[in-house]
Amino acid sequence: MTDKPKVAFYWCASCGGCEEAVVDLAEELLGVAAAVDIVFWPVALDFKRADVEAMEDGEILATFVNGAIRTTEQEEMVHLLRKKSKVLVAFGACAQLGGIPGLANLWDREAIFERAYLTSPTTENPAGTVPLTDYAANGHRIQLPGFYDTVMSLDQVTQVDYAVPGCAPTPNLIAAAVGALLSGDLPPLGTVLAPDVALCSECDRRDTKPEDLHITAFKRPHEIIADDETCLLAQGLLCLGPATRAGCGAQCIGANMPCTGCFGPTSRVHDQGAKAASAIASLVGADDPAEIERILDGIPDPIGTFYRYGLPHSLMVRRRQDTVETTA
Amino acid sequence: MPETTTDTSSNGFEPRIVAFFCNWCTYLAADLAGTSRMKYAPNARVIRVMCSGRVDPQFVLEALANGADGVLIGGCHPGDCHYQEGNYKALRRFKLLQRMVADLGVEEERLRLEWISAAEADRVRVVMDEMTDQLRRLGPFRHEEAVMAIAAQQPQEVPV
Amino acid sequence: MSGPSLNGDTRIGVYVCHCGTNIAGPIDVEAVTEYAAGLPGVVVARAYKYMCSDPGQELITHDILEEGLDRVVVASCSPSLHEETFRRAVAKGGVNPYLFQMVNIREHGSWVHDDVEMATAKAKDLVRAGVARVRFHRPLEPRRVPVDGSAMVVGGGIAGIHAALTLANAGKHVYLVEREPTIGGHMAQFDKTFPTLDCAACILTPKMTQVRNHPNITLWTMAEVVEVDGFVGAYRVKVRHEPRFIIEDACVGCLECIDVCVFRNGKTPDEFNLGLSKRKPIYIPFPQAVPQVVVIDPEACIEFRAGCRKKTCVEVCADRNAIDFQQVATFDEVEVGTIVLATGFKTFDAGRIPYYGYGRYDNVYTALEVERLVNAAGPTTGEVVLRDGRTPQSVGIIHCVGSRDENTNTHCSRVCCMYSLKLAHLMKEKTGAEVYNFYIDMRTPGKGMEEFYNRVGSEGVHFIRGKVGDVYPEAGDTGRLVLQAEDTLLGRIRKIPVDMVVLATGIEPQSDAEDVRRLFNITCSAGGFFMERHPKLAPVSTFTDGVFLAGTCQGPRDIPDTVAQAGAAAAEALALIDAGSILLEPNTAFVSAEDCSGCKTCIGMCPYQAIAHIDGKAVINEVLCKGCGTCVAACPSGAIHQNLFDDDEIFEEILGVLIHA
Ligand SMILES: Cc1cc2nc3c(=O)[nH]c(=O)nc-3n(C[C@H](O)[C@H](O)[C@H](O)COP(=O)(O)OP(=O)(O)OC[C@H]3O[C@@H](n4cnc5c(N)ncnc54)[C@H](O)[C@@H]3O)c2cc1C
Ligand code: SF4
Ligand code: SF4
Ligand code: FES
Repeated sequence: MTDKPKVAFYWCASCGGCEEAVVDLAEELLGVAAAVDIVFWPVALDFKRADVEAMEDGEILATFVNGAIRTTEQEEMVHLLRKKSKVLVAFGACAQLGGIPGLANLWDREAIFERAYLTSPTTENPAGTVPLTDYAANGHRIQLPGFYDTVMSLDQVTQVDYAVPGCAPTPNLIAAAVGALLSGDLPPLGTVLAPDVALCSECDRRDTKPEDLHITAFKRPHEIIADDETCLLAQGLLCLGPATRAGCGAQCIGANMPCTGCFGPTSRVHDQGAKAASAIASLVGADDPAEIERILDGIPDPIGTFYRYGLPHSLMVRRRQDTVETTA
Repeated sequence: MPETTTDTSSNGFEPRIVAFFCNWCTYLAADLAGTSRMKYAPNARVIRVMCSGRVDPQFVLEALANGADGVLIGGCHPGDCHYQEGNYKALRRFKLLQRMVADLGVEEERLRLEWISAAEADRVRVVMDEMTDQLRRLGPFRHEEAVMAIAAQQPQEVPV
Repeated sequence: MSGPSLNGDTRIGVYVCHCGTNIAGPIDVEAVTEYAAGLPGVVVARAYKYMCSDPGQELITHDILEEGLDRVVVASCSPSLHEETFRRAVAKGGVNPYLFQMVNIREHGSWVHDDVEMATAKAKDLVRAGVARVRFHRPLEPRRVPVDGSAMVVGGGIAGIHAALTLANAGKHVYLVEREPTIGGHMAQFDKTFPTLDCAACILTPKMTQVRNHPNITLWTMAEVVEVDGFVGAYRVKVRHEPRFIIEDACVGCLECIDVCVFRNGKTPDEFNLGLSKRKPIYIPFPQAVPQVVVIDPEACIEFRAGCRKKTCVEVCADRNAIDFQQVATFDEVEVGTIVLATGFKTFDAGRIPYYGYGRYDNVYTALEVERLVNAAGPTTGEVVLRDGRTPQSVGIIHCVGSRDENTNTHCSRVCCMYSLKLAHLMKEKTGAEVYNFYIDMRTPGKGMEEFYNRVGSEGVHFIRGKVGDVYPEAGDTGRLVLQAEDTLLGRIRKIPVDMVVLATGIEPQSDAEDVRRLFNITCSAGGFFMERHPKLAPVSTFTDGVFLAGTCQGPRDIPDTVAQAGAAAAEALALIDAGSILLEPNTAFVSAEDCSGCKTCIGMCPYQAIAHIDGKAVINEVLCKGCGTCVAACPSGAIHQNLFDDDEIFEEILGVLIHA
């Protein structure tokens, strides 16, 4: 082992896209790899939990955790990594905000298991077998991690020092974050490592946005062929750019798709979904209650729309358990 | 668990309501209810804002997330907003918020938007009593418990 | 954006007011004070009998100096009452007055709750929230805006006339806007006025003429306000002028045109005489009308339908050339610093109580009609002649028609008893008839009123205490009507046949009061009259700065009270104008430029076009912002702040009312 700073990567409840993002750094990754010792990275390198356990507390300079917390194992691992690392970084929307897996908070464990293992149209499970945390058969005992009722963001289980936002984080931000870590030139704890201003600031369609916008019909991307130069919101597409941090270079807008909010809110906002909803509702072009309702019918799934990446990290965290109807 | 001054343990549950009243209509109506010595349920805590248009949906969720059992927003009647149309903005936001909280399992009765003019003191009384009563029947919202519980949540033993 | 001293070193003083027993009865003030003393940042917590008294205020000032307080919370009455008082006390101690929060535990507490435990718990919650919030307050300066030196008076009844003259005599320019062709209002229709029986015209006409001649008054009749913009000190008012078809400046008021009109006799019911006579298409409402300018009714004048071949009026007007059939509505826009509303009242529609027979029996009159009948300048030149040509031998006057009645209006119209006595006297005087007044209670408060009642009684008028339940024709075609009532003093039903029935119809808000209220952004009380800022302490002010109320638009009252109130409204307006400027709450919004993405969400939110998009950022013009906060709630970046109602302050208040600190 060299004296190079040690860095670890870990994944929790995530899709793997964040790992891709690291790999996507391509040549830059080589530079990083040369500058640091990667001491733990389950997706790419063969280190074991025992290797981490064997380290001194604080031995790792920085650990990047992607994914939300869904199981007992994930929670245990992040506690372990927290102990061994000087800096713990929530990497990507799932770790920072709960991410897409966080939408599972609209249901509870029972409903999820029922759907996933028993009732979904593609399930063939006549014996009704569902996962158990502890199972004995043929003299062997198998233990699986426990599955929580509620998906959590990383900062809901341990102290997080920085967050790199995005689903997935963009190379520029990752490089900047790593650069800052290595140089030691770090912002105050708790900072989200992206500009603290909303996406419109870097959107080149901003000038086409009317100053007095009234939305009388919300469109979904498959319903129209959007003009590729005009502000998407002005075309009725529900773009969350105004309520989402900048830093991504407005890539989705570049692909003529609306921003869905993966960079999370600016630091001044307590609840991204509520704030975005406030802004969007304010633009609804009607005063009559029935007409307002009609226009809002154009947003068929408000939670999935406004909390796509942030339900666990929102003020409400989850759907209330005792009022959840178990979906068949 | 944060302690609360409203006693919820003793006989019968007393809901806590956070009310946002606009300075020009509903707040004054509540003042008038006072000067007229009307009596109503002491469950709401009124927060004064200049206009119902100032009410950010975040305020509503912040209240629910921190122990409120219901949130009441009071503004001037449509067409009567002191700032011409702030109450229409409030109405639009409220409609969307209603849809959102419904999907989060929050019962309809916990959120209420009322247009109450400065003269309608009695309406303040009626709404306060009505809402308190409805929430009493509905029971506590208990969001704090739900959230606190996630920190200490237990994995399943035997699923389903 | 956080407050200057949030590091635990805030020194907050909390003062809980007993308000005598107003608060200290239903709320355990000592317990609240003790509780406040334990809240974080609180260094002094005191209870005091009357915080708004001088010693109460001195308590604050003293503690600021002695204890080094830097923030103050007072738990007492509504901020609309004493926020200013306490801010001044805070400022006197040398602390910025906005580092103060008022907590309402009287109107929203002790006065509305009986349960001491619950009311006390609520007061604690509210105090806790006030303490939590005040820590985030920032020092502010009030905004000072200049006040335009001119005023507008809307409505030219006695209230508007008096207010306009008072302002004009003080050297202010006044626009007096009246929608009828003449000023004068209801008072111009009366013969005599109670209780002194002065001739109404004799006291009103000189004032009307003064208005006409006053160099500081621009009188606009047949005019209505259609748009009001701006704010105190600088209201921009748009006025619509209905076509009169007469060039006002050219008309000399010779009235020759009326004589020569091709209509030899009038065919149109005369509005001023309530239809008791007919007028021509070209007319003047009444001889002393101001302005002395005729008016053409396009509905009645044949020039507007088939075309008038002779146009005798134009002919006689000759080179004065005052008649202009082509006139259309025109508009004026003026800026004024303050506005006095004096739009008056309408009388109750007697047809709404069918059993009194108004409109069914010819000899049932409203009081206002009788005012015209007894008026020397009225349709019968003051002779009381019934619709059937007879002179009444007996008259029944029914009080409280459309007043003090669950089915119509619950309020007392205040003037009906008195004017019924006046009409009883005039009837007796003019016809010698037997007069019966049916009253519920005789209400005669005020100078000279009870004396007048006694005088009318001694003149032989009969007073029957009872509400008339039915009016029906007497059997046998006598032409008389029977008034049936329970005489509650005698305890028996009385049936009294009379030749003439007079309905003392009550005073109601104008039918368009609701529209006018919206136009001027003020509120109405439950009954529909315009609402004053405070019933006792700000009776002519409204909740809209710079808009004042005079006369019966605010509630029923007689002429002396109307004039007094008009004077008060003028004085308030004058005070505002003479101050030259007014201080406004600094509750404006502003954009933190570095946080703004330029998303433009806020721009269309503002009803006052106060927000502009400049170089990719939103910028709020503080002068135009009125501080509603709508843009603040809309900004998806949290880039807009509102003074006194900023996010952090409100979030703290929310947590404060809910959670033990
Ligand atoms: C039958 C009767 C008898 C009475 N007798 C007496 C008496 O003897 N003594 C006494 O003291 N009181 C008497 N009163 C009360 C008296 O009439 C009122 O106190 C007084 O007339 C109120 O004056 P005002 O200016 O407020 O209203 P009004 O006289 O109603 O004047 C209001 C004016 O505003 C104008 N206006 C209304 N709306 C608008 C608008 N939107 N734009 C422009 N102009 C508008 C109207 O055309 C009118 O000219 C009597 C009342 C009644 C009904
Ligand atoms: S809404 Fe907020 S971010 Fe958008 S332009 Fe206005 S101030 Fe800037
Ligand atoms: S607070 Fe905002 S919306 Fe309201 S007046 Fe000021 S700038 Fe306009
Ligand atoms: S001021 Fe009351 S709702 Fe706007």
